[in-house]
Amino acid sequence: MTEATGSVQGSHNEHHVKFYGLSTCIWCKRTRQFLESQGVNFDFAYVDLFHGKEREELVAEIRRWNPATSFPTIVVDDAQCVVGYKPEQLKEALGL
Amino acid sequence: MSEESTISSQKVDALYEQLDREAEASGYHLNPDEEFTRGLVEGLLTNEQRYGYRACPCRLATGEKQKDLDIICPCDYRDPDLVDWGACYCALYVSDEVLRGEREVQSIPERRPPEGQRPQDRPARAPERPGGESTLPVWRCRVCGYLCAREKPPGVCPICKAKQDRFERFW
Repeated sequence: MTEATGSVQGSHNEHHVKFYGLSTCIWCKRTRQFLESQGVNFDFAYVDLFHGKEREELVAEIRRWNPATSFPTIVVDDAQCVVGYKPEQLKEALGL
Repeated sequence: MSEESTISSQKVDALYEQLDREAEASGYHLNPDEEFTRGLVEGLLTNEQRYGYRACPCRLATGEKQKDLDIICPCDYRDPDLVDWGACYCALYVSDEVLRGEREVQSIPERRPPEGQRPQDRPARAPERPGGESTLPVWRCRVCGYLCAREKPPGVCPICKAKQDRFERFW
């Protein structure tokens, strides 16, 4: 069972990385696997596992970066965001 | 944390086979990457258990059917995405080109418009019709574009199997 929220420890902790996904989405799964395979330190939240106000707050957070609120959305250092399963863009954003 | 029970692999197998059969019978194809596709089928079943309908596994459903109508699989955006990108948004369905290995599936941009501009948000009025003999209304399947002239739309689209609530008045 997927945890709704948590952190993954990795050797790459130069950036503050937030991963927003859906527990049912396979592109989200691939993106998380990619981040883990690269040893990236990140926090995650599966928005579909939240309800009510908590969910609304998460959606509002995502909307700031990605108005379509699509998944996965990865926010780096509260400064830039990568939408979708985009390994090359993530490598660039994270300096991998 | 979650109240959901797990989806059995038998259920996934059964739906996978049904969707594959229906897709092939009407000119669509499931993604040949079986592991990927089984994951999406499991997501559809999870959403069915959660919401009562098979909302797209890669989109956030509200749980209110009327608001989520356009993202019930097959979604209203599948066919244009198949043409433009070779796959639908979650990549459950792929085009002939992808099946033949001539095009690669990738994560694509979201085509769904913001709330208030979605197909179910359009007023349910009949557009102007050109002068014709038939007085029957014409219904359009929002998923695949199938048209039929009859008193009421069919219960299930004969082409793509979308349910009656996915039809709109065309004429």
